[in-house]
Amino acid sequence: MSVQSKEFNESATRYTADLTHRGWIQKALAGYYVKRDEFRNRYQSWPEARKVAAEVKWEAVNHLDRYLEEFASKLEARGTKVFWAPSAKEAREYIVDVARQNKVRSIIKSKSMTAEEIHLNDALEEAGFEVVESDLGEYIVQLRQEPPYHLVFPAMHLTRKQISDLFHDKLGSEPTNNPEDLTMIARAVMRKKYCEADMGISGTNFAIAETGMISITENEGNARLTTSLPKIHVAIVGIEKILPKLSDLALFLPMLATAGAGQPITCYNTLYGGPRQPGEPDGPQEFHVVLLDNRRTELLADAEQRDALHCIRCGACLNVCPIFKNVGGHSYGTTYQGPIGSVITPHLRGLQEWKHLSSASSLCGACTEVCPVKINLHHHLLHNRRNAIHEHFSPFEKIFQQGMTFMMRHPGLYKFAAQMGRLAQPLQRLVSGTVLDPLRPWTKTRSFPSLAKKSFRQQWAERKKS
Amino acid sequence: MSIVKVLERLGHTVDYPEAQTCCGQPAFNSGYWDEARSMAERQMSIFRDAENVVIASGSCGAMVKVFYPELFHGLPQEAEAKTLAAKTFEFSEFLVNKLGVVDVGATFPGKATFHDGCHGLRELGVKKPPRQLLEKVKGLELAEMKEAETCCGFGGIFAVKFPMISTAMGEVKCASIAETGADFVISNDSSCLMQIRGVLDKQGKAVKTLHLAEVLAQT
Amino acid sequence: MGGAKEIMTNREIILGRIREALKIAAPHPAFHDEPGEASPLAVSPEKWLPPVAQSLDQQIELFQKNAEDLRAEFRACANVSEVAQHLKTLASAGGWKKIGRHSGELTDAVARELGLPEVLTDNGYAVNDLESCDAALTGCEALVAQTGSVMVSAPSAGGRALSVLPPHHIVLARRNQVVPDLSVALQRVQEKYQDKFPSMLSFISGPSRTGDIERILVLGAHGPKKLTILLLP
Repeated sequence: MSVQSKEFNESATRYTADLTHRGWIQKALAGYYVKRDEFRNRYQSWPEARKVAAEVKWEAVNHLDRYLEEFASKLEARGTKVFWAPSAKEAREYIVDVARQNKVRSIIKSKSMTAEEIHLNDALEEAGFEVVESDLGEYIVQLRQEPPYHLVFPAMHLTRKQISDLFHDKLGSEPTNNPEDLTMIARAVMRKKYCEADMGISGTNFAIAETGMISITENEGNARLTTSLPKIHVAIVGIEKILPKLSDLALFLPMLATAGAGQPITCYNTLYGGPRQPGEPDGPQEFHVVLLDNRRTELLADAEQRDALHCIRCGACLNVCPIFKNVGGHSYGTTYQGPIGSVITPHLRGLQEWKHLSSASSLCGACTEVCPVKINLHHHLLHNRRNAIHEHFSPFEKIFQQGMTFMMRHPGLYKFAAQMGRLAQPLQRLVSGTVLDPLRPWTKTRSFPSLAKKSFRQQWAERKKS
Repeated sequence: MSIVKVLERLGHTVDYPEAQTCCGQPAFNSGYWDEARSMAERQMSIFRDAENVVIASGSCGAMVKVFYPELFHGLPQEAEAKTLAAKTFEFSEFLVNKLGVVDVGATFPGKATFHDGCHGLRELGVKKPPRQLLEKVKGLELAEMKEAETCCGFGGIFAVKFPMISTAMGEVKCASIAETGADFVISNDSSCLMQIRGVLDKQGKAVKTLHLAEVLAQT
Repeated sequence: MGGAKEIMTNREIILGRIREALKIAAPHPAFHDEPGEASPLAVSPEKWLPPVAQSLDQQIELFQKNAEDLRAEFRACANVSEVAQHLKTLASAGGWKKIGRHSGELTDAVARELGLPEVLTDNGYAVNDLESCDAALTGCEALVAQTGSVMVSAPSAGGRALSVLPPHHIVLARRNQVVPDLSVALQRVQEKYQDKFPSMLSFISGPSRTGDIERILVLGAHGPKKLTILLLP
């Protein structure tokens, strides 16, 4: 069992027993389900829209080299500096370098899971730069020095009281239990930062190949401000974020909002195509786009699971996953939580270390059902499990599986085993739930049924005789 | 037995090939696809001459209908897997969609709620048939629970590999059942029923668990 | 005799990996009827998105409904004077001391009648001057009926920050700027600018908001707390 697997089990054990957490997450998501359904129903056909979205992403990902080249060359033609980062290390180094060369003193950031993935903030802080997260949820977890809980709603696990206490503690603000007041406290802090920062770092929701633009989806306006006032803008882009055409956004912007946040469209959807152009009154003098691979090409090479790269990071799968809702976002111990995280993390960070995420699923399929780009999420969990066994299996488990197979191929043995089980059951009852009980993983928290006095086979056999 | 009773009541001949054992899903779900193929091959040969195959459980049904073709994709047995998949049905799906029957002449007074087993619901697309059948059961009042489509937490090996998560999911399901005030919870998947029963008993609840077939068999 | 081994650039490394990976074809989306069909989008997404009526009046009606659902204020005005009158009301209610704006036919005319101290962004501005404005007056590229969105760009809205920094954003638009949906809006800017795109284009759908605290909606997170859209003939 890997270290990560052990940590997952420990965290999951804690969280699943925490009824307050369970109730809180249910409450937090209740409104989302209603809104999501309301806006999905406005589509002339949400199922057909999903098919089109899946097709567009298939086209983009399966011709990724061509579209990335188009994207980069269009950007460069208008003065953008494009940096290709084969791994997290090069991306971090490049961005730290840009900050150093420009003698940057303070950096403001808008939300980016890709930046989380490469631990960019740590690298910048180690290099002596102040980095402030401008998105309210990210700012809150930054102050708490913890990772985001959910890839779209980083602070959904916190109550207003916890946030008020946090602000009081770190900012010296007056305690309040009014969410609006709390938001205004953060707003006031950020306004100063936007005006003072000399570098703004953003993520990217979509990379438009046709016109050489990045598209950023948000509600707060913090990304717009992060990219308007500082003299340098650095955008980090996972290579899979490509959309072929500008017109594709007409479909993806509403679908991202509806699936991810239960909104018809988010408040700001902004396209950036270069640094400040001649005649424009403001905007960064320098625009850098960092294209990040970081093992995405390994997932690309797995043709069976390549569609996992279609992901638009909406978070819809997290919102319906019963595992996510019970173990919480922090249990995953990695940047991408929920079903999509369980599918891609073994590829991006190592199969043997992270295969447990693919095992920790009842395969209910709710994720696949809601994915706006129709990724076959729960089947990929099965694929990861199979791949993990092919790479490495525990001899004990292999013997067990082969033993079961042997028994199933010999019905006489199977009947015998069932009969033994019947006889052993009274014994099992004596030790039920204790450490002697072989069924303990089940019986610790659930009753185990009595095996029927007569199996179906026996009843059937008797019927035949009469 | 209830399935047999209902089908015979409707005038059909039911056979139970005694050689059958397991569809291979536990091995499949654990990643042991070679072992799963071995069991699947055997099951396929046993049902080769069957006209229709009816399965009590959505999860076994999904294994045969959805995953057997995937297991044998690109292999010589693929055609046979597809043939078997095409003639295999989950029980309620068989009654309503294949036989065109919704009223099986059942009587079962009481207030019940229905749990959609995930495999039946999402792999096989079975949502309406159980409810159409239950609607025609005399005396039965069906109350939908909010979390009807939420996984009960069984998930096969998952239930013992991650018992804390499985139990939490079971508790969420049972809380939703309790909210309806129903005395019975019915499902078309026996494994789900085992899970739900397990949690209900631990909670000391009086709600009874029943397979859809057991309800339909009552006259 | 072979030369020294070329060190691949990062770009070549990544593209090389991609090309290698793509040598094996991935199955087309599973539901696709004919495998191996050429470029997928014979059907444009408009068929599946929320419907939009044909006539301009109906589109304006839909725009108003959607914008108001998003908590924006919408008013159709007969002329510039009416616009200025409404703004005077807002200014006095909001205690406006200074507004930010850019030059343009409409903004010039309205600002003249409004008569407030102003910060013009056209040739650059001091950030703190803009930050202390009480409202921003801008034009726009389009009004999108399907989503209730205002499309702005750097040239049509006085740069990047003007439409997002001051706490109340006023948009001036004309009827012929109303478009049915996002597709048409994007088409229009492509036709208008060709290759010389502004460096920023944005769809604004309501005042700024957040749901980060207990998923409760709060307006005015970082961007404007109020959005007013005034439509002229």
